[in-house]
Amino acid sequence: MCLGIPGRIVEMRHDTGLPMGVVDFGGVRREVCLAYVADEVSVGDYAIVHVGFAISKVDEEEAHRTYQVLREMGELEELSWIREAADAAASVDAPGRPTGTQSDGVGPSAPRADA
Amino acid sequence: MASLASGPVCPLPRGDHDRVQLGHGSGGKMSAQLLREHFLPRFRNEHLDRLGDGAVVPVEGGEIVISTDTFVVSPLEFPGGNIGDLAVHGTVNDLAMMGATPRWLSAAFVLEEGLPFDVMDRILNAMARAAAAAGVAVVTGDTKVVDRGKADGMFVNTTGVGVLHDGFRPRPDSARPGDAVILSGPVGRHGMAVMAVREGFAFESDITSDTANLAPLVAALRTEVGAAVHVLRDATRGGVASALNEIAGASRVGVELDDHAVPVPGPVQAACEMLGLDPLYVANEGVLVAFVDPAAAPRVLDVLHGFSAGAGAAVVGRVVPGHPGMVVLRTGLGGTRVVDMLPGDQLPRIC
Amino acid sequence: MKYLAEYRDPKLARSLVDRIRREATRRWTLMEVCGGQTHTIVKQGINEVLSDAVEMIHGPGCPVCVTPLEQIDRALHLAARPDVVFTSFGDMLRVPGSECDLFQIKAKGGNVRIVYSPLDAVELARRSPDKEVVFFAVGFETTAPANAMAVWRAKEQGVRNFSVLVSHVTVPPAMVAILDAPDNRVQGFLAAGHVCTVMGWTEYEPLALRYRVPIVVTGFEPLDILEGIWMAVRQLEDGRHEVENQYVRSVRREGNRPAQELVERVFQVVDRGWRGIGVIPASGLGLREEFADFDAERKFALGFIRADEPAECRAGDVLRGRIKPFECPAFGAACTPESPLGAPMVSSEGACAAYYNFGRFRRAAGED
Repeated sequence: MCLGIPGRIVEMRHDTGLPMGVVDFGGVRREVCLAYVADEVSVGDYAIVHVGFAISKVDEEEAHRTYQVLREMGELEELSWIREAADAAASVDAPGRPTGTQSDGVGPSAPRADA
Repeated sequence: MASLASGPVCPLPRGDHDRVQLGHGSGGKMSAQLLREHFLPRFRNEHLDRLGDGAVVPVEGGEIVISTDTFVVSPLEFPGGNIGDLAVHGTVNDLAMMGATPRWLSAAFVLEEGLPFDVMDRILNAMARAAAAAGVAVVTGDTKVVDRGKADGMFVNTTGVGVLHDGFRPRPDSARPGDAVILSGPVGRHGMAVMAVREGFAFESDITSDTANLAPLVAALRTEVGAAVHVLRDATRGGVASALNEIAGASRVGVELDDHAVPVPGPVQAACEMLGLDPLYVANEGVLVAFVDPAAAPRVLDVLHGFSAGAGAAVVGRVVPGHPGMVVLRTGLGGTRVVDMLPGDQLPRIC
Repeated sequence: MKYLAEYRDPKLARSLVDRIRREATRRWTLMEVCGGQTHTIVKQGINEVLSDAVEMIHGPGCPVCVTPLEQIDRALHLAARPDVVFTSFGDMLRVPGSECDLFQIKAKGGNVRIVYSPLDAVELARRSPDKEVVFFAVGFETTAPANAMAVWRAKEQGVRNFSVLVSHVTVPPAMVAILDAPDNRVQGFLAAGHVCTVMGWTEYEPLALRYRVPIVVTGFEPLDILEGIWMAVRQLEDGRHEVENQYVRSVRREGNRPAQELVERVFQVVDRGWRGIGVIPASGLGLREEFADFDAERKFALGFIRADEPAECRAGDVLRGRIKPFECPAFGAACTPESPLGAPMVSSEGACAAYYNFGRFRRAAGED
């Protein structure tokens, strides 16, 4: 019940009272009903579209922030992996570290505990 | 224009038509007129001009390949081509995937009453152009007319004959462990180009059908790489996923695909996202799958990149020892997902 | 595609997987209640890579999966009528009813058409005044605003040959039904990001409190799902149980007010059956009296059509995480993707279909 994808509003108009528009999804354009976001959006904004209706305006600031946080987490994760590997190598009795997946290209999936 | 000299017929048939009528399928004067005015001028060659029941063609010693395909696409015309392009390229490609050089085609048409001539002529023009470019002659044919509503405008069957060459016998059951799996180009264009003009889904895009003659690519592989090419298949309906499953099944090998290696053009990806479709299952009309000796893979890519239809060629996977008959996709996460044959058509999703 | 592709970055995804696996001190059991999230989890193999830290149970989040047999049979009845053009979202066409499915009705001559948007169905009705156009209005809260607008417009513009067969369901009552079950194993939820885009998350706050479960409103791309799982795991490790929002680029606490208002105007809360689970009180939406003329069930007097789910189908237990698909006696025998008994085998992301494929792979790979 959830297939909604982000697209850029490239045109806005009214169709017998119903706010409609054209949304561009990475090179594909479709007519979309903008009734539920009409007060918040202008041409150039991004919206999430589900079955031909815009259901939210994409909060671009939040989107960037999420991505930034994830990127920073990614970098931290690499650092901590390296640190742990160094610790494990230095310690004689170090218990097995949960195996991570390789970060360069596609690696084998981690060993599975059970189904 | 009918005259009384042709015998009593009431009402007198009108002499000028702008569309197909049932009478055109009767085998009488109207049929002859249809052939004379629309079909023969486009496919001129010594075989067709004889208008025999069949064509006699010379064949060098060795083996020939015969392949047939029927084309029923609706709408008849779509961005990047029409059913005529498909009818020629489809069968030419089937012959090429067997390793043959395509030489002759037959073309049989089932025309729907009411099909406008201008549409029909555009399709015939496309067929003539495609056949000439592919160096194949349409040497024999047939036309029938059915009642309005019994055909989507037109159904076309082409049967092709090609000539095999020594030492080049790619076959679906010849994949071997370790083989590299190569796609000749980006996927999903044809299916999404047709979807864009189908009622209920209309969207605007630059996506055009990838319908293309792949025989020159195969000929180049034959001369440059030869028997290191084990399997060739054109990925048509059911997409790359179906072609790979067929090969995995026929060869009893496991196939592993790399999610990120499969080339998908941006707009195709976007259209698939919008409708909830997986590009791996979307139809193509100008993409081939090749299973080759891994040592030959770089050379194969070089050869394919020399053609515009092969510009996007890439290695997308490999034959692996495990899971014979099954195609498995390795995701960017390192997870795995089985890429199965679909029971039927892929359906647009909402969830 | 902007705001989509970047949330698929495989490198970042792998680092999130590593982080989750590092921070989980035991194996946690979470549930997502959204077909789109299930799709990503299955497609990316997320369950597989997280297996020792998190078990994701696929909840009843797919409208294809939960539409009751009776409603499917009513759809089939309508589609078979010569005066009806039956329109539907694509994924409903293969859902089996008691005797057959919409595809088979189409093969027998029924006028069945797939549409992308409910407004397309209204437009079709406007263009074909001699036909009755019925739209199969299924879905969760995400789709209710679109279906509401279609009915609203049809009424406003006097398109009297348009009607809807409604089978709307809402998420919170389903979560309550799962949490109330005595053998419930679910310790935390990912809430559906687009349902919450429409509804906000205020309905989930009392649930988190009463049942002491973390609920994280989550998006649909791999990074969204992984971040959502990570947030839920962190709460569980910390002993917290709150509603958090991962999908900040689309969801706000109050949701989309104009959408909620129109849904309120057109629909009312009703009891709804969920395939394989049974009736969950106040878990669905039905048309208000004012729009009775557009209610296909009334227009075509479909009340006589009743159906019971096949006894052997254990879809309800699977959807609630009580049993794994392969623990159902019909799994792989009487029930396969080619001949499904229930919806989790129909939908390719349904738990049963997903297990069917993955299980085949593991057996073929010699892991079983």
